[in-house]
Amino acid sequence: MPTQHSRVTARLMMTPAVLLLLGWMLVPLGLTLYFSLLRYNLLMPGMEQWTGLDNYRYFLTDPAFLDALRNTLLLVGGVLVITITGGVLLALLLDQAFWGRGIVRLLMIAPFFIMPTVSALVWKNMFMNPVTGLLAHAAKVVGLEPFDFLAVAPLFSIILMVSWQWLPFATLILLTALQSLDSEQLEASEMDGANSLDRFIFIVLPHLARAITVVILIQTIFLLSIFAEILVTTNGGPGTASTNLTFQIYALSLLQFDVGGGAAGGVIAIILANIVAIFLMRMIGRNLDA
Amino acid sequence: MGQIRLKAVSKSFGDVEVIPPLDLEIGDGEFVVFVGPSGCGKSTLLRLIAGLEDATSGCIEIDDVDATILAPAKRRLAMVFQSYALYPHMTVRANMAFPLRMAGIERDERKKKVEAAARVLNLTEYLDRRPGQLSGGQRQRVAIGRAIVREPAAFLFDEPLSNLDAALRVNMRLEISELHRNLATTMIYVTHDQVEAMTMAEKIVVLQGGRIEQVGSPLDLYHAPCNVFVAGFIGSPRMNFISGAEAARHGASTIGIRPEHLAISNEEGTWQGRVGIAEHLGSETFLHVHLAEDQGTFTVRAGGDVDLGHDETVHLTPDASRIHRFDAVGQRLA
Repeated sequence: MPTQHSRVTARLMMTPAVLLLLGWMLVPLGLTLYFSLLRYNLLMPGMEQWTGLDNYRYFLTDPAFLDALRNTLLLVGGVLVITITGGVLLALLLDQAFWGRGIVRLLMIAPFFIMPTVSALVWKNMFMNPVTGLLAHAAKVVGLEPFDFLAVAPLFSIILMVSWQWLPFATLILLTALQSLDSEQLEASEMDGANSLDRFIFIVLPHLARAITVVILIQTIFLLSIFAEILVTTNGGPGTASTNLTFQIYALSLLQFDVGGGAAGGVIAIILANIVAIFLMRMIGRNLDA
Repeated sequence: MGQIRLKAVSKSFGDVEVIPPLDLEIGDGEFVVFVGPSGCGKSTLLRLIAGLEDATSGCIEIDDVDATILAPAKRRLAMVFQSYALYPHMTVRANMAFPLRMAGIERDERKKKVEAAARVLNLTEYLDRRPGQLSGGQRQRVAIGRAIVREPAAFLFDEPLSNLDAALRVNMRLEISELHRNLATTMIYVTHDQVEAMTMAEKIVVLQGGRIEQVGSPLDLYHAPCNVFVAGFIGSPRMNFISGAEAARHGASTIGIRPEHLAISNEEGTWQGRVGIAEHLGSETFLHVHLAEDQGTFTVRAGGDVDLGHDETVHLTPDASRIHRFDAVGQRLA
C-alpha cells in the first residue's frame, strides 16, 4: 500500500500531465459545442448567428443520419466478427510448430503496416475492379460473371478491406494470449477425457476471453472512425450505402461547408461512441477483472 | 485394480535417448516413488505411463491390457501436476466435476461425487471459490480432488509438493500417505526429494540417466544400496565415501559409511581429523570433519549435546558391520 506521503507526491507529479490532457480535450470540445449552436456556413462568411439546437434537429432528422448510424454499427460489428473469428483460428494455426513459422508470422503482421488509403486502393484496383481485378479474373476462370463489389455491395467490400487490415492485430494479440496458456492445463484436461474440441471450448476459449475483450475494445475505438477507406473507394456511395457517421460529418462540414451542422454531428458521434462504450463495458468489461 | 507393467519401454527425443529400454512392475495398490536427480527421466517415465508422451518402443500394460497406444483419458489414470494445472476460470466445484462432465456423467451424480470428494479433502467450504482465491495447499487438494472423483485405476503425482513451503509439505506428505491408506489405490509419485521418497514409498525406484538403478523398499535401499549412486542418493546427510588404501584394507575399491554409523571420540579411533563446520540442530549435530592426510571430508552425525568446535582434533571409528563396500565400477560387494 502506498503511504500518505507517496500518494501526495504521486498526485503532484501527475498534475502537469493531467492538466495538459484536460486542456487538450476541453478546448476542442468546447469549440465544437460552441460551433454546433451557430448557423455557420463557410460559403457565407461573417453571417454566423445563434440558432440554438437547430443544427442538431437538422442532423437527427436527416434520413441520411439513420443510414449512417446503421452503416457505422454494421461496419464495426462486421469487422469485429470477422477479425475475432479469423484471429482465433489464425492464432491457433500459428501456434502450431510448422516449417517456416517465423517467416509466416512476420508476413502475417504486414497488412497492419500498410496505410489505410494504400490498402484500400490496392483492394479497389487490384482485386475488386470488375474489369481488371484479380477477383474478376478468378471468377471468369471458373466461368462466373465478375462481381462488381464496390457498386453492388459497397459496405460489405469496405468491411472486407478493413477486416484484412485488422486481422493481424487480432491475431497477434490472441497468439500471445494463446502462448501464455499453461500447457499443463491442456495436458490435465486431456487426462480428464476432453477431446480437442472440448479443450478448445472449455480451456482455450475461456483463457482467451480477456485478450478477446481487449481486441474488441481497442478495435471498436478505431473502427468507429473509419474514414480513409471510404473516401478513396466509394466516397460514401452509391447514395449513402457506405456512408458512416465519420464520413457524413466530413461531407457536411467540408463538402457542404456547414461548420455548424458538422459540429453538431460530431457531438452526436461523441454521445453515440459513449453509448457503445457503456454497452461494451457492461457486456464484456468483467473479463478485465483479474 | 491398478496394476501397471512396463516391458522394454524406451523413449527418445530425436537422436537423444532419454530412457533406454527398461522393465518395471507396479503391483495393485502399491505406493511407488520414482526418485532421482533432476533430468534423470523420472517425469518422462511418468508421462509415458500417463500417455502424455508416446513410448518410442516397448509396451505398457495396465491391468494386463496393452495400453501403449491408448489415449491418456482411456487409461483410467489420474494425474496431479506440479503446477496443479487447475482451470482458473472454473470454480473449485467445476474443476473437480470436469472429468466427470467429460465422461458424460449426469449432473446429480456429478454433484454427489464432487461433494463426497470435497468432504474427504476438507474442501467443502471452498467449493464455490476459484483457484485464484485459494492458498497453495488448498489448490493442491483441489488437484487431488479432481483426480479422486474419477476413481482411477492409479494416481500419478508429478512432484506435487515442490511448490509448497516446508511446513505445508510435511503436512501434505502425511495427507497423501493417509489418502493412499484409505483408498488403497495404486499411486506413482515422482520426486527429486529423497526424504519424500523414504517417508511415503512402499517401493522406491531410483533412476539415473533414464536407467533404473535399484528398486526396493525404503529400508532395503538404505541398508543395502546396490551401487555407489544409490548409496549416495538415499539417506540424509549423504553417505561418506573413501577410496584408496583405506578401502583396499576392506578388500574394496571404495567403501562407504553413513554419518550416523560413525562414532566420535577425543582420544582414539580409526581415522583422525579436524572439525570444520559444526551444524547444531538441537536434537543432533552434524560435524564436517576434514580427515588427516587429505583423505576427504566426512559428515558425522553426533548427539545434540556434543560440544566440539572449529579446528578441534577428533577421532572417528566406523561401525564395522555397517561399512558398505563397492568395487571399481561402483557395484556393491557382497
